[in-house]
Amino acid sequence: MAERRVVITGLGMLSPLGNDVASSWEGIKAGRSGIGLIDRFDATDYNTKIGGAVKDLDISEYLSPKDARKMDPFIHYGLIAAQQAVDNSGLAEFDALDKDRVGVAIGSGIGGLEFIEKNVITLAESGPRKVSPFFVPASVINMISGNVAIRFGYQGPNIAITTACTTGTHNIGYAARTIAYGDADVMLAGGSEMATTRTGIASFSAARALSTRNEEPEKASRPWDKDRDGFVLSDGAGVLVLEELEHAKKRGAAIYGEVVGFGMSDDAYHITAPSGTGAEKAMKNALRDAGLEPTDIDYINAHGTSTQVGDVAEVNAVKNVFGEHAHKLAMSSTKSMTGHLLGAAGAVEAIFSLLAVRDGVLPPTINLDNPDEGCDLDLVANVAREADVKVALSNSFGFGGTNGTLIFRRYED
Amino acid sequence: MSTVEERVKKIVCEQLGVKESEVQSTSSFVEDLGADSLDTVELVMALEEEFETEIPDEEAEKLASVQDAIDYIVAHT
Repeated sequence: MAERRVVITGLGMLSPLGNDVASSWEGIKAGRSGIGLIDRFDATDYNTKIGGAVKDLDISEYLSPKDARKMDPFIHYGLIAAQQAVDNSGLAEFDALDKDRVGVAIGSGIGGLEFIEKNVITLAESGPRKVSPFFVPASVINMISGNVAIRFGYQGPNIAITTACTTGTHNIGYAARTIAYGDADVMLAGGSEMATTRTGIASFSAARALSTRNEEPEKASRPWDKDRDGFVLSDGAGVLVLEELEHAKKRGAAIYGEVVGFGMSDDAYHITAPSGTGAEKAMKNALRDAGLEPTDIDYINAHGTSTQVGDVAEVNAVKNVFGEHAHKLAMSSTKSMTGHLLGAAGAVEAIFSLLAVRDGVLPPTINLDNPDEGCDLDLVANVAREADVKVALSNSFGFGGTNGTLIFRRYED
Repeated sequence: MSTVEERVKKIVCEQLGVKESEVQSTSSFVEDLGADSLDTVELVMALEEEFETEIPDEEAEKLASVQDAIDYIVAHT
């Protein structure tokens, strides 16, 4: 069987920077922060009162109130990003589309936390007869993929990988392999998250993982900066349309770029703290999968969450994998602007990586005023820059030590 | 104060996402108003809350139309 190449032909996104790909990317290029005070619940008693919310979203543009009520917000976000990606790809206008050959792989790190909270309270206060029949289908993680299939009639592989903060990356990598292997011609892939709820913030806060820079929300996410004090929890979703190259060409689809490498590994070390060496293995595995040398990489969209240990570990891992070239490539963290979207992070960052390749723009790392010791790479401090980006690599690392790396290349025949 | 009929129809509209003009007393939840089995369970829960009553499961299963619901509420509240 001839090798099946996989390209990206559609993008969709909701993020703290905007309710579509264009506005989010404009925010990134402008170095704008999407972080603000939490207004989803009363955060008075919380150490952390900041987060990155999806703002001014009119769900009724996409969903009837009856359907919306049966879904947690993480499903709304995933479904809306999927609708945008399908619209962007032009798939719906392709009459010859074989829907048995179209699949979905959209995950979430945590799932329907808000719906779970509400129903647990209902159960405690009013008893089991008052728990919604929609409780489970509204909150379990595979229900973005399920609802997307129902909405569009896609009857190919349907799955939702959940690997904490690596979720988006793993779903995209899995989707690319599903196409390359021959199980589907088109896959919608990505991740979605809405975990800035009362228990979500409380738990990450108890773990001392979150920034408490409540007075300056826009400066709270500051990867590699000396004064960073944890990550900022954010909401949103990213969905990509992955497509077998010949299928995309046959229907004349616009191509954003090609998925050329996917690598995975685990730290086998600690439930939340990174080992560093696991990240190296994921990057090496992705390079091997792509058949590329370290010197081929122009840009790294880092995991870079703004935590003390994680940021330095990633820089060291990059130095170990790339050697001298680590000082020639550019690396930035778009989380400095979006905050950390957990299970959606890998998906929105894959999109930013592709747009960096398409537009020849290096996204900045904002709030990087004083790089921490050893963080001496080109971290594209504070201002976006034009550059010829032919190959971009995107990292995601998650609780459980799970790592994933994707490599995207400018599409050439 | 709204009548039982008006209150039942309002809840049916909210729960099933249908317009008031579509809801007749004779309307069947499943056949006319597009409800599935989960929708009807939640509809009954909403009626219980509105009328501060408890509808036993074996009774709830018999409520197939708007009129069935109105009759039950009138008889039991």
